[in-house]
Amino acid sequence: MIKASHVTKRFGNVVAVEDLSFELAESESIALWGSNGAGKTTLIRSLLGIFPVTGTVSIHGVDVRKHGKRARSFVGYVPQELAFHDDARLGSSIMFFANLRMVNRKEAAIALAKVGLQGHEKKRVRDLSGGMKQRLALAIALIADPPIIVLDEPTSNLDASGRGEVIDTLCQLRDEGKTLLFASHRPDEVLALGERVLVMEKGKLIRDITPTELWPTESRIQTMRLYLSMGTEESAAIALREAGHAVNLNGNGLCVSVPRNRKAEPVSVLARAEIEVRDFEILDEVQGDQE
Amino acid sequence: MSSLPIKASDSSPIIKSGSHLSRASSVIAFARREFRDAISSRWFLLYTVAFTVLAVAVSFMSLAGSGSHGFAGFGRTTAGLLNLIMLVVPLMALIAGAGSIAGERERGTLLYLLAQPISRTELLLGKYIGLAIALCCSMCVGFGLSAGVLAWRVGGVGISAFVMLVVFTCGLALAMLSVGILLSVISRRSGVATGLGLFVWLILVFLSDLGLMAGTILFKLRVQEVFVIGVMNPLQAFKMAVIVNMNASLDVLGPVGMYASQTFGGALPWILALVIGVWTIVPLVIALILFSKRGSV
Repeated sequence: MIKASHVTKRFGNVVAVEDLSFELAESESIALWGSNGAGKTTLIRSLLGIFPVTGTVSIHGVDVRKHGKRARSFVGYVPQELAFHDDARLGSSIMFFANLRMVNRKEAAIALAKVGLQGHEKKRVRDLSGGMKQRLALAIALIADPPIIVLDEPTSNLDASGRGEVIDTLCQLRDEGKTLLFASHRPDEVLALGERVLVMEKGKLIRDITPTELWPTESRIQTMRLYLSMGTEESAAIALREAGHAVNLNGNGLCVSVPRNRKAEPVSVLARAEIEVRDFEILDEVQGDQE
Repeated sequence: MSSLPIKASDSSPIIKSGSHLSRASSVIAFARREFRDAISSRWFLLYTVAFTVLAVAVSFMSLAGSGSHGFAGFGRTTAGLLNLIMLVVPLMALIAGAGSIAGERERGTLLYLLAQPISRTELLLGKYIGLAIALCCSMCVGFGLSAGVLAWRVGGVGISAFVMLVVFTCGLALAMLSVGILLSVISRRSGVATGLGLFVWLILVFLSDLGLMAGTILFKLRVQEVFVIGVMNPLQAFKMAVIVNMNASLDVLGPVGMYASQTFGGALPWILALVIGVWTIVPLVIALILFSKRGSV
């Protein structure tokens, strides 16, 4: 359904995505996993043809660079930052996107019903909660029933209950045969939805594995933030990855996702690598590094 | 589902995502949204009210000053409105255009729109058409009320020059909107685009006239050179076109006007209309090319 081959995107001298290739088969669900700045969002935008890139991207066999409009017609997109006109009403917002896809009111109403927003059409977008806005974005992505849904951190702005609702809806869509590509920070999301995980770091694809290979346990996942001595973060990340841990390295420090009954392991790994751990904290259960 | 009623027309075949999408449909969708957003925005309402009040006021003042009926009513009003239009309409159109793409970019909505199955050309054209319709409607409200006052007091004699004023004003608005959209495409922030729009307005309204006067004295320009340089300013082309339609001659503009009338004769209104047309098409085409090529959102 999606085929990316040697995709590279540069912003001036900064390489946001470097020589990245992967294939997403029909009805498959792939998670993009990586820390902030790893290149997940840039990759998604490049796949949709929003950014010009080197390399080739095809969606449903259609070259995105040559026929971007047609390629995007196979995709429903849920962005990380929800960007609607605040003054518009929910009903007119969804009808605008329905008109872009030449879809009638009935289809728009079905998409709203699918995410539980029927009856809210007269509300202004500014009056919607974060969860409702997220569901509106999902409804817009589902208009015209596209075979592929691309989501950029779909639950990042939601509370636990909102997250659960969105993940349930996405599981349902996956079970109906939709092809899913989603970026995520959250192990629970990846475990629930993903069949494969593309682990990205500094714009590169460093691993293509299954979620259970990344977190080989049935138990709940917790995220630990490790406080290390200055300059040791990079080598710590390498050591933890070699030991099979999922690591996010960003400006806030180093976060590692571990099963709740194996929290001491990362500290032991780093001790063996002679990297000093000054302190650590347990973040929210199944919480990523975005706090 | 009260606000999304299923209509009879909904029985038409549903065009699924994989089928060919109509270019016109996307353009119309953007135009409708842009029109709706424009007429519901405060600044647009403010401009419309201001223009309408001033236009009606000019009509009343023209009638009070004329002391006669018929042509004097519409003719005086047209002359009176000319300067008002040259100040207000370019400002209104430039600001409207400047906020269009840069505003979407700043709010982050542009990226979301470009992720939809549309082309950049459709987005830009849709926005242009929506804003153009909104601007023309806004001006027609002012002109309509002004014409209503005149028709009520003096009848419809001499209305043709007034109708041509409305037509050329819409042309001027479209030209300035194109320039505004171009500024919006090249600016990352709507504040910068608006600032550039104000700068262009200042140049066209005030500085170009001053520059032309200074240049004429300094370089001892010949009358035909002054005409060519002057007519390159769309506001001057608009002014000349309106005066030609009122008087059938540009003699009131002095030697340059006499030269233009004698040299181009009946072709003059068409030449002036062509200048305004070029100012409409060229910036819009440049904006389309730049917007299609730019990778930034």
